Amino acid sequence: MVMTQPETADEPQEVAEHAPHRKLVIFAWSGELDRIWPTLILSTTGAAMGMETTVFFTFWGLFPLVRDDVRITGENWMQKLLSTMDRPGLEHLKLGKMNFAGAGPAMMKHLAKEHKVASPSELMALAKDLGVKLVPCQMTMDLLGLSREDLIDGLEDPAGATTALVEAQDAITLFI
Amino acid sequence: MSATIAKTLDMKGFNCPLPIAKTAQAIREIEPGELLQVLATDPGSVPDFKAWCRTTGNQLVEHTETDGVYRFVVRRKG
Repeated sequence: MVMTQPETADEPQEVAEHAPHRKLVIFAWSGELDRIWPTLILSTTGAAMGMETTVFFTFWGLFPLVRDDVRITGENWMQKLLSTMDRPGLEHLKLGKMNFAGAGPAMMKHLAKEHKVASPSELMALAKDLGVKLVPCQMTMDLLGLSREDLIDGLEDPAGATTALVEAQDAITLFI
Repeated sequence: MSATIAKTLDMKGFNCPLPIAKTAQAIREIEPGELLQVLATDPGSVPDFKAWCRTTGNQLVEHTETDGVYRFVVRRKG
């Protein structure tokens, strides 16, 4: 049977050809659905390819990490206002364009379901399972008044810019 | 022939990145040297599977297309 043949000798060579980039680092700066979605698609794919994959969530990118059942975050009125204006949580994100007061994201999710494209929540679960390191930015958490308890489970410990840049040194980096 | 397939993953109808991401999950469930069969309908999965196998070192033993269904047989890296 053809399928039981031993592995071909030229295989390691082909692997070596693609060896230079074994790491992927994504800076998730935006909290918009149409940016977080590709971030999750690329990070799950990177991990699936065996790349050591890390996503640093900073500024608006932190709000998608807030648990969906947490409505208001922040300690003072200014921080609270941020979460009042834009509901945090992966299930409540807005589109960067054509949001139409929430109709846009609803239509987008409907289309995704129809075309069997994985939802952001499915991809987040997949990312964790495939070993993507999800790192919240400590400074922005302080700035926006987000506590570790506001955020979903399965994240790495919050870290700073140095950790992010050290990680990024020998990686493909994307700022989304 | 099916006797040699250790596991089958049906990704028919599913889109990028699920066929590859789920394949990465499923291949962990078979032993090195065993075969995983993946069925998909996403035309993008053809270049994706070739690229994924090249980069992960798993071997794409076979890929065929019948009536719009792509069948990939991957041998887990030893």
